[in-house]
Amino acid sequence: MNFIKRREFTLFILIIILILLITLRAPRFFTFSNFKDILDDTAILFMVTFAQMLVILTAGIDLSVASNIAFSGMSVALLNQHHPEVPIFVILLLSIMIGFIFGSFNGLLVAYGNIPPIITTLGTMSIYRGLVFVLSKGTWVSAHEMTDSFRYFPRVNILGISLLLIISFMVIIIFYIFLYYTRTGREIYGVGGNITAAQYVGINLKKIKYLVFALCGGICGLSGFLWVARYASAQSDSAIGFELQTVAACVIGGASITGGSGSVPGVFLGALFLGIIKNALPVIQVSPFWQMFIQGFIIIVAVIINTLMSQRSQQLIMKKREL
Amino acid sequence: MQEEILVLKKISKYFPGIKALDEVDFKIRAGEVHALVGENGAGKSTLVKILTGIYQPTLGSIYLNNKPITFPSPLYSQKAGISAIHQEAAMFPELSVVENIFMGHHIKRSEKGLLDWAKMKKETKELLDRLEMDIDVDIPVKNLSVAQRHMVEIAKALSMEARIVIMDEPTSALTLKEVEYLYRIIRKLRAQGRAIIFISHKFEEVFEIAEHYTVLRDGRLIGEGEIKETSPEEIIKMVAGRTLDKMFPKVEAKRGQIVLKVEGLSKSGVFKDISFELHEGEVLGFFGLVGAGRSEVMQTIFGIEAKEEGKIYINGKEVDIRNPHMAMTQGLAYIPEDRQLQGAILDMTIQDNITLPIIDKIGRFVFLNQPKEWEITEKYAKDIDIKASTWKQLVLSLSGGNQQKVVLAKWLATVPQILIMDEPTKGIDVGTKVAVHKIMSELANKGIAIILVSSELPEIMGMSDRIIVMHEGIITNSFDKEEANTEKIIKAATGSYQNNNLNIASNKE
Repeated sequence: MNFIKRREFTLFILIIILILLITLRAPRFFTFSNFKDILDDTAILFMVTFAQMLVILTAGIDLSVASNIAFSGMSVALLNQHHPEVPIFVILLLSIMIGFIFGSFNGLLVAYGNIPPIITTLGTMSIYRGLVFVLSKGTWVSAHEMTDSFRYFPRVNILGISLLLIISFMVIIIFYIFLYYTRTGREIYGVGGNITAAQYVGINLKKIKYLVFALCGGICGLSGFLWVARYASAQSDSAIGFELQTVAACVIGGASITGGSGSVPGVFLGALFLGIIKNALPVIQVSPFWQMFIQGFIIIVAVIINTLMSQRSQQLIMKKREL
Repeated sequence: MQEEILVLKKISKYFPGIKALDEVDFKIRAGEVHALVGENGAGKSTLVKILTGIYQPTLGSIYLNNKPITFPSPLYSQKAGISAIHQEAAMFPELSVVENIFMGHHIKRSEKGLLDWAKMKKETKELLDRLEMDIDVDIPVKNLSVAQRHMVEIAKALSMEARIVIMDEPTSALTLKEVEYLYRIIRKLRAQGRAIIFISHKFEEVFEIAEHYTVLRDGRLIGEGEIKETSPEEIIKMVAGRTLDKMFPKVEAKRGQIVLKVEGLSKSGVFKDISFELHEGEVLGFFGLVGAGRSEVMQTIFGIEAKEEGKIYINGKEVDIRNPHMAMTQGLAYIPEDRQLQGAILDMTIQDNITLPIIDKIGRFVFLNQPKEWEITEKYAKDIDIKASTWKQLVLSLSGGNQQKVVLAKWLATVPQILIMDEPTKGIDVGTKVAVHKIMSELANKGIAIILVSSELPEIMGMSDRIIVMHEGIITNSFDKEEANTEKIIKAATGSYQNNNLNIASNKE
């Protein structure tokens, strides 16, 4: 555990350095309200990154998360537009359910159809996105077509904190408990860590593989509603490219793409790191044309530093053991 | 005599085209160490997989305490008190010791509650105490030595209250001292009334630890009985189905000039000041305990690992080998220890595997030269007796032992001047072992210089012209064939050896 902690520590230091560098150029970055904005902006990324982490822990990947978000978001937005009387908690549950069903479909294909996750979700990414277009016929649901309770749901203020952020942090806490304090959670690590060994100790591999995708889908569903409500518009191309951000956040946070390792604090920091960069680049007046380039560049640098540091501490451990 | 705790009656397991097990009977009593012996592909692993619920038998029945039982999945087998310690690959390297022990049966605070890590940690410590082991239970298993990992596996079996413990080649990666320690633990388990199924290729071990034996060959039961009523020769005969030639058919080869000279090779924390010379036609044995740094030295010479200090001369010229390709052009070949992982490409045919390193030498321009490939494959594959219906068969479909032979053939086909063999016979059956030894001797006779890294003392002593002994990264002694004896070599290999990894307190008992 020692070295995993080190890895998180490195990332933490990187984030501090990043914040300091940005503040040098734009002092107003370093304010309480700005940080709160960043957290609000990153709240959905947090949730979906953890959903992605579940899948990555089993050595899989879910490329359909963004399409799933767009579909569930569009569905509930349309529902709200045409049936404004439907109460908000029904919308919330419905959104989760739609996402869960889509995720389950992925899970069934992977676990019982034995199709590799990357292929499965590459396919369903298109399928789900296609369904958004079919459903919306290419139109938008914009702010004035939504009810107030729908639109303001993420912004509900409880003791100065937005409901969006509260939900996001609740999801993270539930994740933490799930991954560290339940058998199923540990078995997810087991399946990704060594699938043969997992089979030998009697873990139901198909169940776990199905479950991670289904849970991932459920969270995407929840995020779908929050997404359209927060941005007060449901578009057919909502969240396009978002899946890659969640994968990037996992990797920066130290989750191994080959499965079996990755910690909740690490992945949290990974998503935070990404959130800060996204928010900071406009603040320090980087040309929008360069923003994507720089984002990608910083991601790679962060991953390299993180990997090198952990390799070094690993070597230190080995040295201590050998002699 | 104790009751028979587990009885297998006429168990058969068919795979498409193969009878992996054919009406095999097997029984084991509580408080007994039962050796399961046979060559690779004899059906031992299949039997273990049936007992652990990974495979279902095609025919036959299993009785536990005289009651018929089936194991539809590993979970059922575990609940029945059967636990297997697999050769390798059955652990979660990234996860902690505690986790590895409790994976699949984590302790909860209550029936529907959360996991109780404190209790699991405490139990782990107690289990490891019983095994006389003192390690940090929170570190990931990948940071443990092989012996320590074995102990963690045993601790896991104990944590599941296993009444039948299957040990699949538990000693293959252990040092002599660790083996002693393992024996002590096995005797302890036996005294507690547990039944132990002990699988090993080493007959000394079988005769040292087991009371009962069952021999399998080609999926059939060949013999079973009391160890004290048999002899190693008899068992070898049963295992091989024939009397074997000499185990170490080494002939004296003419020693030529120096082909490889290593001077002051060092790598901090791994090995230090390694110097030696290797002659044409010589087999130079490297003996040492696991972790003595032998493989690391060889990998450095072959360019897999970067060297920090020291010089390497080949045919009198200093060379700077920075990668395996450069090493191969210098006439070096290195057969790694972990052949299944590093050696063969399972999805390719035998022929493609064997000719892979020399493909550009035998091709015509950019085209392959199939007849020539076939010819070369035929020569080497026949030489070491690869059992296959055609050389175009996929390596995947071969038994483990034959897969290893393919890797051997591959490197022989490069016709190296210097051949480094790292544990060439580890985990392979007696028949193949003798074949490998024979090939080694023939190669030396042809003037090839061979470095043999082995942890098996009989092999080192039987095959080497000179023996270098390493201990904790340093060459502690070297002997000519004539002056070497077991005692001297062991002394050099252990020297002031203090095992700080595995706290083997031999004075505890």
